[in-house]
Order: sequence, then structure tokens, then C-alpha cells
Amino acid sequence: MPAFDSTRDKRTTDEFVKGLWKENPVFVQVLGMCPVLAVSNTARNALAMGLATLFVLVMSNIVISSLRRFIPKQVRIATYILVIATFVTITEYVIQAISLDLHKALGAFISLIVVNCLILGRAEAFASKNTVGRSILDGLGMGVGFTFALLCLGAVREIFGSGTLFGVELFHDRFQDWVMMILPAGGFFTLAGWLLVFNWFKERKARARSLREEAA
Amino acid sequence: MSQLPLVAQAPRPSTWHMYRAMVGIGILCGLLIVVVFELTRPVIERNKAEALQRAIFQVLPDARSSQTFRLDGDDRFELLQGKTDGGPMVYAGYDEQQRLIGIAVEAQGMGYQDVIRVLYGYSFEKDAIIGIRVLESKETPGLGTKIETDPDFLKNFERLDVSLTDDLSRIANPIGFVKPGKKEQPWQVDGITGATISSTAIANILSASTSYWIPRIRQSLDDFRKAG
Amino acid sequence: MAGDPLWSIFVNACLINNFVLAYFLGICPFLGVSAKLETATRMGGAVTFVMLVSSMCAFGINALLLTIDAPYLKLISFIAVIASTVQLVEMFIKKVSPALFRALGIFLPLITTNCAILGLALFQTNKGYGFLQCVVYALGAGVGFTLALILMAGLREKLELAAVPDVVKGTALTLMLAGLLSIAFMGFAGLGG
Repeated sequence: MPAFDSTRDKRTTDEFVKGLWKENPVFVQVLGMCPVLAVSNTARNALAMGLATLFVLVMSNIVISSLRRFIPKQVRIATYILVIATFVTITEYVIQAISLDLHKALGAFISLIVVNCLILGRAEAFASKNTVGRSILDGLGMGVGFTFALLCLGAVREIFGSGTLFGVELFHDRFQDWVMMILPAGGFFTLAGWLLVFNWFKERKARARSLREEAA
Repeated sequence: MSQLPLVAQAPRPSTWHMYRAMVGIGILCGLLIVVVFELTRPVIERNKAEALQRAIFQVLPDARSSQTFRLDGDDRFELLQGKTDGGPMVYAGYDEQQRLIGIAVEAQGMGYQDVIRVLYGYSFEKDAIIGIRVLESKETPGLGTKIETDPDFLKNFERLDVSLTDDLSRIANPIGFVKPGKKEQPWQVDGITGATISSTAIANILSASTSYWIPRIRQSLDDFRKAG
Repeated sequence: MAGDPLWSIFVNACLINNFVLAYFLGICPFLGVSAKLETATRMGGAVTFVMLVSSMCAFGINALLLTIDAPYLKLISFIAVIASTVQLVEMFIKKVSPALFRALGIFLPLITTNCAILGLALFQTNKGYGFLQCVVYALGAGVGFTLALILMAGLREKLELAAVPDVVKGTALTLMLAGLLSIAFMGFAGLGG
């Protein structure tokens, strides 16, 4: 590996950080929506799903990146899907071994990680063209950003929908559960809400920047 | 075809390369999956057995051990040792002195949203269901899920009568659903306000299951006692 | 479960447990292709067709895997079948209607990653449906998906003419609409009896 000078260092950590905010898979790229909405009804499920996706993302990035010179263009998508499906199958068995309850809660959505456009997208856009090291960082960044987004959703839905967070009672009896938050509709509304917040911030920053440019 | 000297033709990868990639990666992936599968299988089976054991002890209070029985072609129950492989099964629960407490039976049926799976415990002495546990349900959270938590509803199953007719061929009074507060007979299930369909579903599931299983279980009482 | 009557399976998949509005499957195309009514209808049709074919193949594959006792290959084989079916459909549409092919654009190959189709295969396997039940289930799911897509497209086309604040425009608005549709569809619960 070539020696890192300061400018290269910044670019390397960029690969990790971009997944968290600027190119956040859920809030910015709007990828991988299905599991985001479905398993985010409690914070614990959201966290588990996020970590599972992170694992698959990083592992498949590693394999695809290391084998990138051996995979001809024509069969690349098929190979990517094969690799991703393998790690998803592995993840499913590992989750079953760790906790049957968790497996029941996440259900078929663990298997559905394989069609999460995020993972295939990263394989195609990044892992197939970059070194293993950077692919790991990219996978980690996107995965953490994804988990973060899932947690935002899961926390809000669980707090309002059951009055708990990670199973810990927050409001005791004074709180009337807002059941709709746990239902599918609540998922849609919560994500819309977060997107609104996100967009509002973006717009404010853009407006502030254009004001500064005008003043200059 | 005329040559296009300014456009470099990209070399087409040989089919060998494509096959090598797909088959090679395919084998690699296959190996990975099989290894993980074999490694996790014993753990998963142990988890499942423990979960089942916990459920059995919950629906048969005071049970300390259990045995699995399978219904064979002659309507008799055979004791299963070791691995259980499917087929209609029931579980017998025994206390510390190896005395038979009762039989736990799995049942399922359609609820409000999706299928509900339950495990219920039957006691010979009381001629009744003495415990119930919901194994799987996707009922509406906060409403349908009350079937698992509502104390008044659960009281129904402390002694839900399923006594048989004199000739022991069928249930004398099939389990029936009644509106909340209207329970008068020990074989009726008091519903939950606001969760009518979910609670009716439980009553129906139990009714169908008991009319099939209880007469048969009753016949084999000695087989169950002996295995204790 | 395995003994469910066919009409109940259809109604369940189409309305009560609508794949998009209740199970959150197929959200990517739902958000992406639901802007125009015409594209929405055609996408729905394509998805329904792919669902039908994949469902039948999934049934066959599952039976095969059970006989050779290799349940861990389920996911890989399902996704392989789906990818091939989509490839076939793509070639078919390209030949029959190039205009539609262009209109659907990138979303056509993206049907492969449409969680709804893989979800369908997985659900029907878990429920242990027989062949005919699988077919009806796939039909119901496809029709339900198309229905949700059409409803959303119709709403969004109307909203193009309304004054919507910029912050809300786009995905956020679509999601809120989806939430309302989801609540509306909850009214179908209990229909199956």
C-alpha cells in the first residue's frame, strides 16, 4: 500500500463519511426502502436489520473487489447477485442461531436484503472499480449511514407507537400509544417526516450559501 | 465488415473466462453456505428445542420435563426419542415426581391479519384446557395483540372445559365464543372488546383443534402416563 | 394456510395484505414509476407477469430443493429465476413495443431487485401453498401492486397542478400519500373472513 500523505488521508476517510450524510443511502439516494419501512417498527429490529445489511454490504464489497479482475463485464451483475445472495443466506442462518425471536421478528426481510438496491448499487458503482481497502470503507460508511437512518425511523416509531425504546418503558401509563406508528402507514409517515427535516436543512444550507455568494 | 481504424475494438472475453468466473465463484459461494449451514444447524435446533420446552412448561404449570409423542396411523400415540421429524405431534408434561400433568398441543388458524399459532395445555384430571400461549401472531399491535396480554381474556384458559361425551368419542360442549362479559358456561370464551376478530379466532382455533385431538388423547392416557 | 380457498388467497394478496401498502414490498418502483398513470399501468402489468412466472418456477424449485435436501440454496435459486424471467420480459417488451421499453427505462431491469417478487416467492414457500394456490397468490399480489401503483399515479398527476411547498415535493409527498393509502386499505381487513 502506498504511503498516505495528508491529502490522500482526507480522501480515504471521505469514502467512509460520505455514506453517513452527504450520500446517505436512505435520506439522499432513497435506496433500499423496503426493509427500511418494514422492519423499523422497533429500534431493536431496526438496529439488527441495519447491522445485517452492513455485514452483507462489507463482505460482498470485499469479495467483489478482490475478484474484480476475474469477473468479465458480461456476467458481472449475475456474479454480484450470487455473492450477495450467499452472504445473505449466511446472515440468515447466523441470526437464527443467535436469536430465534429476532429471526421471527425480521422474518423474510432478512432474505430480502439480497434485493436491496443499495448493496448491488455499491458493488456496481464502487467495489468493482476500487481496491479492497477503499471498498471496505465505502461499505462501512454506507452501511453505518443505512443503520443510522433505520434507527431514526425505528426509534421514532417505537417511542410514539409503544412508548418504549429498545424495550425500555419511557412514559409508563401516562402515555396513550399511537398505534398507527407501528402499522405500515406509520412507517410511511415517519420516513416522510424525516425526509422533510432533511430537505429543510438542505434548503437552508443552499439558501445560506447563495446569500453568501451574492454578498461576496 | 469494413474496418473502423479509429475505433478500437475491445477484446471480447472468451467464454472460458466467463465460465471460469461464474463457476468458480459459484463453487466458492456454495462452499461458504454449506459450511455456515452445518456450523449453525446444531445451535438452531437446540434453540428451537429450548423455546418449545419453555412454551410447554408455560401451558402446563408445574411441569419439569416433557416427552414428544406422534400420532400414528391407528390413532395411537408413539413415543418419539431424539430427533422429531414432523407429523402430527403432541407433548406430554411431567412434574418432578414424573407424574403426568397434561398434554400440550399446537394449533393454528386464521386471525385478523394473518395466521395465529398457539400452544395449549390439556389436563386429564380437570378435563379442561389449563394454559395457552400464542406462539406466532401478526395481529394488530395494541388491539389484536391483547389476546396475549389481556388478563381477563387469559382467565378464560385457566380452566376451559373440554369434557367428552360419555362414550368418549367427542367433546360434549364445543368451545364457543361469547361477547365480552357474557360468559356463563365453562366451555365459553369471553371475548375482548375491540379485538373481536382476534379473540374469536382463538376460540375457533381451540374449538377445531380440541374436537380433533382430545378424544384421541384421552384414549391413550395410559401410554402417556407410562412414559413419565 | 395450505387449505385456504382460492378466492380468499386472491383477496388477501390484493387488498387485505397488499404487497406495497401492507408489506412494504416493491417500494422502489412504487416511488419511482408512479408519476404518470400510463407508465404505472404498464409497469404493473410487467410486474404481474414476472410474478406469475417466478411464482410457478419458485414452486418447482422449492419442491426440487426439498427432495435433494438443500434448503440453503433456496435464496440463490429464487433470485436466479427472477433475474432470468426479467431478462426474458425485457427482450419481449423491446421487440413488441420499443416505445414502452424506452418509457420504462432503467426500471425494467430493476424489477429484478423488486422486493415484491422475491417476497412473493418467499412468502408462498413459507405458507406451503400448492401450485394452483401459488398462481392465484401471484395474480393477487400483481393486481394489488398494480392497483397501488395506479392509485398513486392518479393522485400524483392531480397534485402536479396543486401548489405544494418545495420542501415536501417529491419523495416526501409520495410517502405521505402512501401512508394515507395504507390506512385506507386497512379497511379491507377482515374481508377474507
